[in-house]
Amino acid sequence: MAQEKTDLQEQQEATCWELLQEVKDPEIPAISMVEMGMIHKVRVEAGVAHVEVLPTFVGCPALEIMKKNITEKLVEGEGIDEVQVRFVYDPQWTSDRIAAEARDKLRSFGIAPPPIDFKAGDAWEVTCPYCNSPYTQIDNLFGPAACRSILYCRHCKNPFEALKPIY
Amino acid sequence: MGEFLQIKTAQQALKNQEYTQAAVDLLFQLADDDFILAYRGSEWLGLAPHIEEDVAFSSMSQDMMGHAVMYYEMLEQLGAGKADDLAQLRESGAFRNAILVERKNGLGGYNEDPHYDWAYAIVRSYVYGLYKKVRLEALLKSSYTPLVLGSRKILTEHRYHLMHWQVWLKQLANSTPEARGRLEAAIAKVWQDAGELSDLGPNADSIVRFGLIADEATLRQEWLATTQDLFQKAGLEWPGEPGAAPERGRAGVHTADLAQALATLSEVYRIDPAASW
Repeated sequence: MAQEKTDLQEQQEATCWELLQEVKDPEIPAISMVEMGMIHKVRVEAGVAHVEVLPTFVGCPALEIMKKNITEKLVEGEGIDEVQVRFVYDPQWTSDRIAAEARDKLRSFGIAPPPIDFKAGDAWEVTCPYCNSPYTQIDNLFGPAACRSILYCRHCKNPFEALKPIY
Repeated sequence: MGEFLQIKTAQQALKNQEYTQAAVDLLFQLADDDFILAYRGSEWLGLAPHIEEDVAFSSMSQDMMGHAVMYYEMLEQLGAGKADDLAQLRESGAFRNAILVERKNGLGGYNEDPHYDWAYAIVRSYVYGLYKKVRLEALLKSSYTPLVLGSRKILTEHRYHLMHWQVWLKQLANSTPEARGRLEAAIAKVWQDAGELSDLGPNADSIVRFGLIADEATLRQEWLATTQDLFQKAGLEWPGEPGAAPERGRAGVHTADLAQALATLSEVYRIDPAASW
């Protein structure tokens, strides 16, 4: 079943991954979908790029926009004539998939990154992305996007958002 | 559950007509429950007790609408029709949601002097949410792999919904006598319908025989045990076995409330089903 990839395929797939670094999460323009851990697989066959994407939330309204952005970006790649984007749930996206570098970028964007290796029953402690204080409170589990909650820093008195732990 | 053959894809399911029918029957229950309750949730927009609640409730309704879409897409893959049409073009008799989720939010209408019942919204969402959790956990062992993967994902979102409603329930249960009284009245109202949730419909035997989900008694027992425990922790009296409405949504027999909901939610889509969105 396993087919050897040709050099051309290897090269085209590497190009796709590079291009995908430029496709941002529409609701968090600070980081790319690759950094969000949302790109599962890229396979190029006969000029068609097949991309498997892991949704962060099933009903995320940004999914269709992401699909369009991925398609528009990848056709820029040499030899890519067509792009097929498929949303898959195996493996499932968890917030541990967010890359380490992306966590700092989230903070600088004013969004606290989710805790790593979070388990059911753990207390969700969030430090303020502006002043690093742990003296914060959750104002609303739900926020302006499905993946985010609204918090308030009682130290620097700034409202901020945090990505929910998804595990 | 080892005796069941695992069906990995829709193509594989389609080779067995009886299996496909059982999967379709179950999927309509899952899809329609989430879809209709999400619609009722969306009718609270702008009317919730405060702005943070408006954000939370609409966010949860959006999540649930997304869960319904996933199930409608699974139905589409099993040849039941186009996902959008399944949601927007079926008549009330084709819906398989439980009666509980179709009830209006209270007196009046969204556009005409709404006097909605917030306590009813809390209790209905919470009791349904607790059943949904038990059902999703049972689906993790389903013989149909797409359902296993979808349920695993939905569970990661659903836990936040439950947390939210639990906070409301606990706070109102331990608040003023008026709050407590309203909550108890809402529980009584929800209890008239809630028993139907664990009904797997006229094709239940086949659904269970193919290992799509655990049987009704198992689901019901687990759901009621969890609910009883949580009611007790909130200091609420246990209302006993829940009843069911004289209609039976799982068999396609609905109240006029569902027809009203469908007429409103599909009004624009029906003008031009071919329009692209």
